[in-house]
This record gives sequence, C-alpha cells and structure tokens, in this order.
Amino acid sequence: MDRKNPDLPKNWELEKLEDGRLVLNMGPSHPAMHGIVRILLTVDGERVTDADAEIGYLHRGFEKTCENVTWNQCVPYTDRLNYVSPFINNVGFALAVEKLMGIETPARCQYIRVIMSEISRITDHLTCLGANAMELSAFTVYFYLINAREALYRLGDSAAGGRVTPAYTRVGGLTRDLPPDFKRDAAEALASVRRNVADAEKMLTRNRIFHDRLRGTGAISKEEALGMSFTGPALRSTGVPLDVRKATPYLVYDRFDFDIPVGSNGDNYDRYLVRLEEIRQSARIIEQALAQLPDGPVNHPAYDVILPPKPEVYNSIEGLMAHFKLTFEGVKPPAGEVYQAVEGGNGEVGFYLVSDGSGRPWRLRLRPPCFPLTAGLPKLIKGGYIADIVATFGQINMIGGELER
Amino acid sequence: MTSYLLETLKTRFPAAVLETHAFRGDETAVVKKEAWKEVAAYLKDELGFDLLLDLTAADYLPREPRFELVCHFYSTKHNYRLRLKCPVPAGDASADTLTGLWPGADWFEREAWDMFGITFAGHPDLRRLLMYDGFEGHPLRKDYPLKKRQPRLPHRD
Amino acid sequence: MGLETLFGHSYLTTRLDEAVNWARKYSFFNYPFVTACCGMEFMSTFASTYDISRFGAEYPRFSPRQADVLFVVGTVNEKLAPVLKRVYDQMCEPKWVVSFGVCATSGGFYDNYATVQGVDRIIPVDIYIPGCPPRPEAVLDALIKLQEKVSKESVLDRKYR
Repeated sequence: MDRKNPDLPKNWELEKLEDGRLVLNMGPSHPAMHGIVRILLTVDGERVTDADAEIGYLHRGFEKTCENVTWNQCVPYTDRLNYVSPFINNVGFALAVEKLMGIETPARCQYIRVIMSEISRITDHLTCLGANAMELSAFTVYFYLINAREALYRLGDSAAGGRVTPAYTRVGGLTRDLPPDFKRDAAEALASVRRNVADAEKMLTRNRIFHDRLRGTGAISKEEALGMSFTGPALRSTGVPLDVRKATPYLVYDRFDFDIPVGSNGDNYDRYLVRLEEIRQSARIIEQALAQLPDGPVNHPAYDVILPPKPEVYNSIEGLMAHFKLTFEGVKPPAGEVYQAVEGGNGEVGFYLVSDGSGRPWRLRLRPPCFPLTAGLPKLIKGGYIADIVATFGQINMIGGELER
Repeated sequence: MTSYLLETLKTRFPAAVLETHAFRGDETAVVKKEAWKEVAAYLKDELGFDLLLDLTAADYLPREPRFELVCHFYSTKHNYRLRLKCPVPAGDASADTLTGLWPGADWFEREAWDMFGITFAGHPDLRRLLMYDGFEGHPLRKDYPLKKRQPRLPHRD
Repeated sequence: MGLETLFGHSYLTTRLDEAVNWARKYSFFNYPFVTACCGMEFMSTFASTYDISRFGAEYPRFSPRQADVLFVVGTVNEKLAPVLKRVYDQMCEPKWVVSFGVCATSGGFYDNYATVQGVDRIIPVDIYIPGCPPRPEAVLDALIKLQEKVSKESVLDRKYR
C-alpha cells in the first residue's frame, strides 16, 4: 500500500483488502484501551476475522535499569510493574531475594505481607471490574467500586505511606510496622468493600445487558488456556484450580481457610464471577490474618540484611558501618539463581533472579502474568464482534507496566 | 542432591544433560542446545509438564557460551516445577522454537529475540515485540549501553 | 483568524476575553492520554471521592478533535512519542497540555534507552504536576492553576495555526 507518511508505522492507515475486508486499527490511544496496546483487526462487517496485538508502548526498561541499581533500590521499580496491585510485586521481589539469600523473615512480617498482598488483590479486582463495567456503560458501578478502592488506598497509605506506589517491603523485612489503629481501620475498609461490592453485584450479575455482553464472549477451553500459558483468574475460569497460594504456599498462606473459585466456561462472565468471589475470599484472609497477627519484630535481625535502627547508627561505630555498607553496597546475596512465584491479581507473578555475588542483580526477570493473556487476546477475540473486544479486553485486565515492563 | 526428576532426565538423555542442580530447591537441568526441543517435548508428553510458565534468556557477557535460555515449567497434574536451561553461544545465537509444543511460547520467544537477539528456528513470526522497527541492537545485552536512545521523533530543544 | 481579532486592543476585546475565558475555564473537555501508573490516581480524581466535576472538567472526550486539555498521564517512551505527537496535532486550538506525574514531566526515575525524558521534548506543556503518582489533591491544584492561566489569556494571544 502507498503510505502517506513514511514516519508512521506500517498499517497505520485504514486499509481495504482485495476481498472487501477492512484492516482496522484499535489503539494505541483508544477509550477502551485502558493502558496502551494496539490491536490490528481485519474485519468483515462487524465480525473480526483476524487480529494481531502490538505492545511495547509502555516499555520502560525495567529489567535493564534494575541491573544497574542495588537490590533494595529495585523495590520502587517493582511497584510500578503491576501498579494496580503494587504490594504483591513488592512481596514477590522481597521473597525472591530472601530465597536467594536463604533467610526467612519474622512471623509478624510474614503476616503483614499477607495482609498487604490481599489488600492489593482486592484493589486489582475492583479496578478491573469497575473499569470493565464502565466500558460496558455501567458507570454507577465504577463509582461504587472505586469508592471501595479508595478505602483500601487509604488503608495502605496509613501503613506504607503511599497510595499507589508504596514500596513497602525491603529485603529481610518491611519499611515500617503497621500503625496502631490498623485493625480498626481495616475492619472499616473491608466493610466498605463488602457493601460496595454487594451493591455492584446487584447491578451487574443478573443485569441483562451486562450478562448478554459477557456470557459466551472471549471463551477459551481448558487445554488452549494451558497451552497459551494462562494463569490466574483467566485460567481458573476455565476450570483449572491453579492458585500459587494453594499449590505451593509461600509466606503463611497455609494457615488460612479460603477457597479458590473456579469457573466452567472460560468466558468473560466466568472471569467476572471468579474475580468477584476472589474479592470476598481475600477479605476473609485479611480478617483471619489480622486475628492471628503475632507480636514481635518485623525485620530480620542481621545488620548485613536490614538497616540497623537509628539510635545504633548514631551511637555505635558498628551500627554506623553497617548502615554505610548497606546503603552504598547493598545486600549481597550469594551467586546463584532462583525463581520465586507469588499469586498476583492476574496470575502467577514470578521473579527469576541471577546474582553474581555482588550488590547488584546480574539478571532480573519478571514473569508477567498478563503477558500470555495479551498474547492470547487475538485468539479470544477472533470470530466475535468488534464490540466484544471491549468486554474481553477489560476482563483480560492488561496492565501495561507489567506487560511491557 | 538427588532428585527423581533430574535422575530420570539424566538416564533418558545421558548425552544431552550437561549439568543438574537444585540450588535453594529449584530443580534445574542444563541441556545441550541441540536437544533443547527434544527434552522439552519429553517433559511435556511423558512427564506431564503442561504449563510453560516462562521463557527468557540471560547474557553472561565475558563467558562463552555467552547466552543462556531459561525456561520454567509447571505440571498442574503433579504440582511440580522445573527449570530447563541451555547455553547458547554468541557466534550461533539460535535455538529451536517451542511454539509447536506450547503455542504460548510465541511471544516469549519474540521477546527473547527482541531483547537478546536470539533467533528461534521454526518460529512462525519472529518480529520485534517491545521495541520498534528501526531500533538497532538488543537492549538487554550487557554491551548495549543503558542510556543509548534511538528516538523516532526529533526531540524539541 | 476569528472575527474577534478585528477589535484589536480595545475595550470590547477585554470584555470578550472575560466572557470567553470564564466559559473556557469551567468547561474543560479533557483527553486522557493514559499510559501508566498515574492512570490509577487519574481514575481516583475522576471518581466520587475527589470529584473533579466540581471544577467543570469531568467530561473526558476520547476524540482529540473535541478536547481542550490533553492530560499526558504516565510514562511516554520512544515508541509512543509519535502517537502522542499525532494526538496533540489533531487537537483544535485553543488547547492546553497537562503533564501528569513525574514520568511525563521529566522521565522520572526511568532514565534509560526506552523512555522520553519528559513530554515537553515532544509537545509544549502548560502545567506540570509533580508526584509519582501525584495525589488527587495535587491534580485538583493543577487544574485550578490551569484555570488561572486560562483566565489571563486574551483572544489576541493565540496564534491560530
């Protein structure tokens, strides 16, 4: 085709094929593309006959940047991977480095990490469902769910000091303990979540329009989902009960009573129901964890892992030296490689770390859960209508920061 | 450290398995590049590793062979994990594709090509994934400078 | 190009400015160019708790031709730069640009091969909002600042290109 502007990428302009089908661009900047992804559609009328997704519009060089900073300096970068559930990334990264070093954090720290991870999981699902409902023109639901998210943001803010990007964990511990009123605030926030989710459910689950647009669209079979490396709610909606929290429990997840919801059809409606139920299960976990929360320190005792308390830094030479060395050189895990997986909002978040024994990562790889989901997006939307793309894309919950890093 | 899984692999592919270890409990098998696809197919068909979690590469610059392909597998049937690696020399940076076994390997391999410049023989559509047409080099290679930009638009000022 | 410029620097022009600017500043139609993490706080600002509609700017237009204010929300990388430029070029005058968050302002702590060190290298910017991401209060503050800026403009100032 004759391209009008050679600076622009190929297929930028609307193109008509020989057989009358149209090649249509959706994105990168499109109202239904929260996050930036470009989908090239070949459409026959309203039917999508072929599709291809192009990503990379939010590639920020996370992995390369992390190879040039110390291990603890990577933590703020991990916030911005899946920015809808930042605590889970923090926890996953800290666990991976701790596994590499062969250390374990105190029990209180592990409980707090569980609580924070579950708060993040709820915010992730609330955002996904709220945005999805908004794109399917149920605007009120968006307000309900974002109000619930706001309560959780305030809760996370009170503990970590940041609403969206908390950078709460450190290798071997946390930046700080929970604030004194946390239990009371958490109970209030969870009550708000339950109330708002119940309201949203009343408006959506048996809503004819919502039901018609989600049921049967974007469906995938169990075998195909496994072959495409799906994990998380998208895999569970097909009926595979795979959840890292149950399959290979990390932290103290084996001490809580919670269920893994699974679907049976693998379509958008099942994904919606799975997410809705996971919000409730996460709230259950938080309540149990708060009830069992032990007292004690939150940080690993060794000063070559975690910064010493300030009085020791100011009053003793050992404390000062430990502080200095840790700040400038960072923690030094032994040479080796580990893979640590945690269950994120979209599926398995895995950190593959390679250390050469110095203070910086030699290689840091994130296994992004929505990467395979977006790779499978063309498969999900092929054969459907253009309007179904919005529903499917919303339920895929593509998060640019983690997809493209 | 002995493990049933790694022992099985060693007995089945005595010539191809270069090394096995289980550092911090992560069972790892390093295989020859030529046997990469064969071992992966055996893992999938005989040992039940039905989920390809991750495929990536790493660059160990001064060392030869320079690159390493790293795959993480999971078996939903047995609830078991395995890491499979293969060294890839800089002179012949290519390996067999796994897309025939797991269609999900498609984008992972495209990313590995984009970031490290490792080609995959038999891949249906090996294009850049994260970077754009006209970008030269492979940014995650250790010899690519961190701040070397290749703008598509002239910047103001 | 409009007829309003015929009056020149006169009493009529200043009266007209006041009326036009009053209308403009309380009815921004914004184009959210949302790329990254800042979008979360952008969503919060638009939801009921912070309620940006108190300032008359709650209505997102996803067509650049109908928008007045371009919110660049989040990191812009080299691959995305031509897209942003094209969206900006498609907007009609008068138009304003808000750089939302530190990545859009200066690249933030992403200083590497992929990222653009601030969208002001691609398009002109009127208001910068610091923060990673900025809290909703900061966004509302920036909006008020933009309103002040708009209220000082004259119909003679803009060169209608």
